[in-house]
Amino acid sequence: MTRMTWITLTVMALLAVLPPVFFWTGNAFYLDLATRLTILAIAAVSLNLILGYGGLVSFGHAACLGLGAYAVGIPAHHWLYGGMDALATTNGFVQIGLAVAITALFALVTGAVCLRTRGVYFIMITMAFAQMVYYLIVSIEEYGGDDGLVIDTRSELPGFNLDDPLQLFALAYVSLVVVMLVVRTIVNSRFGMVLQGAKGNEERMVTLGFNVYLYRLVAYVISGAICGYAGALLGNFTTFISPEMMDWARSGELMFMVILGGAATTLGPVLGSAAFIVLEEFLGRLTIYWHLPFGLMLIGVVLFVRGGLMGLLRGGKE
Amino acid sequence: MDLSLFVIQFLNGLQLGLLLFLVASGLTLVFGILDFVNLAHGALYMLGAFVCAWLTQVLGNFLLAVLLALPVTAVAGLLVERFIARPLYARDHLDHVLATFGLILVIDTLVHLVFGPEGIAVPLPDFLNGQIRLTETLVIPSFRLMIIGAGLAAAAGLYWMVTHTRLGMLIRAGASNRTMVSALGVDIERLFALVFALGAALAGLAGMLIAPITEASIGMGNNIIITAFVVIIVGGIGSMKGAFIAALMIGLIDTLGRSYLDDLFKLVMSQDAAETSAPAISAMLIYIIMAVVLALRPQGLFPPKAR
Repeated sequence: MTRMTWITLTVMALLAVLPPVFFWTGNAFYLDLATRLTILAIAAVSLNLILGYGGLVSFGHAACLGLGAYAVGIPAHHWLYGGMDALATTNGFVQIGLAVAITALFALVTGAVCLRTRGVYFIMITMAFAQMVYYLIVSIEEYGGDDGLVIDTRSELPGFNLDDPLQLFALAYVSLVVVMLVVRTIVNSRFGMVLQGAKGNEERMVTLGFNVYLYRLVAYVISGAICGYAGALLGNFTTFISPEMMDWARSGELMFMVILGGAATTLGPVLGSAAFIVLEEFLGRLTIYWHLPFGLMLIGVVLFVRGGLMGLLRGGKE
Repeated sequence: MDLSLFVIQFLNGLQLGLLLFLVASGLTLVFGILDFVNLAHGALYMLGAFVCAWLTQVLGNFLLAVLLALPVTAVAGLLVERFIARPLYARDHLDHVLATFGLILVIDTLVHLVFGPEGIAVPLPDFLNGQIRLTETLVIPSFRLMIIGAGLAAAAGLYWMVTHTRLGMLIRAGASNRTMVSALGVDIERLFALVFALGAALAGLAGMLIAPITEASIGMGNNIIITAFVVIIVGGIGSMKGAFIAALMIGLIDTLGRSYLDDLFKLVMSQDAAETSAPAISAMLIYIIMAVVLALRPQGLFPPKAR
């Protein structure tokens, strides 16, 4: 096994073991932190598929996260308070299925438009579409509008009790591992090779006869659907779902997690989200002005650290 | 339909459109010439609003405050250019986006540190605070007319500068072939810095003009920047003319859509359906228009000729 494989396995083992240990030793707070981190890591891994491997700088990924969360929140809201009987449920399969289906559809429709454009247009359009969903949700008063939606119930899944923080973490962790393996498999498949080839030289792939647009659209949909799944978990974790989840700053943060950890690597997005969440927590306790050092750090990383944390771990090789 | 209400909404739309143009023109100028994506452009808009609001309180004179705040935002633009943009010109757009995203956090927090967490209201001088009565029912606040006037003046000034001055000629030349301009002996670094400062001052001016209406508040730039993106995407990135036409279009459509879409929907659907769907659709209207424009013309309506 290579050095990177060892590092990946070690990090993932630590992420599996440490949070429960914190929980059993009376530091339940750190388990919550780890659950949030793990869920955001799933979103970051999904973004890495298109951003890292596909070279598609999507600035609207938080929309999928938010839509996924609302796919849990809206059925639960109707189940609790009535109205729209057809939609009212706390069945986890239905909610999560809805989250994945809606985000896949959203990614399909917006992706079909966005992927016609290149470069900076693509960045701005993905951002604008995410903002469109944001304003749509804000305008629907039934679901809390600006104030968000409080649901006092979590998804019901056979064999799982998501009200137990340890089981929720376990679900998130297993999901993360599965998603990492799925993305890795996709990336190493023929499909993934075309996707990466198009990132390096689009013209060459087109000349070779590949319909690059279609490959990218499929990757975009897969990425959106995985992120929708992460959103469903996030909704279960917070039980408070607000438009704030899809604010464009959240999309920027997800991008940063990917770049900070190391784009186009298996472990990078996970490391990135871990570093991001831990720093945010640590700095947030020191001062209410924590955004200042945080922002400076972001700028510093872009200016001086190429390849992210994975680049540092590799020791400058490659 | 009430005609005077329509005129007022039309003027509101025009005002929003011109403010959007001030923000979008700087954005499109910086992108068109420097090939740099500046997410923090909205933060400069906010900075302009705060500096102007503070100066108005200290000096007691809004117009003087605007005159002094303009160079302040231009200098802020110069600093951003020197320390963040310049090292990143050679990198890809992703790095621009990430670094300026960090910069937003920095500027927002600095403003919070210096001016406090509360918004600052901007009192207007008497001659701007009045109203102009056009007809029996049609009353327009004179400050809104001033915003429209200032926006049009800025647009005209920019047009004159780009088409009739040496600086404008260099800007146009730099936009189509920067290597050639540099080879002809023009100090391209200074030109870039100047363009960046100009863009910052334009965004700052927009912030100063809106501050007396909405007051200066933290995060105010984060909303307008996305709409400004929509404007330059629809207009064609890098095109001044496109930014102007698209800004007016988006401003009018957004404002009129919010007021009249439910009436329009009532013609084709039931009262209830119209009243529930209209707010949702009008909130998404400009994005839907953007999607339609892109589906038909991916480069925007007025793409710049040579790049």
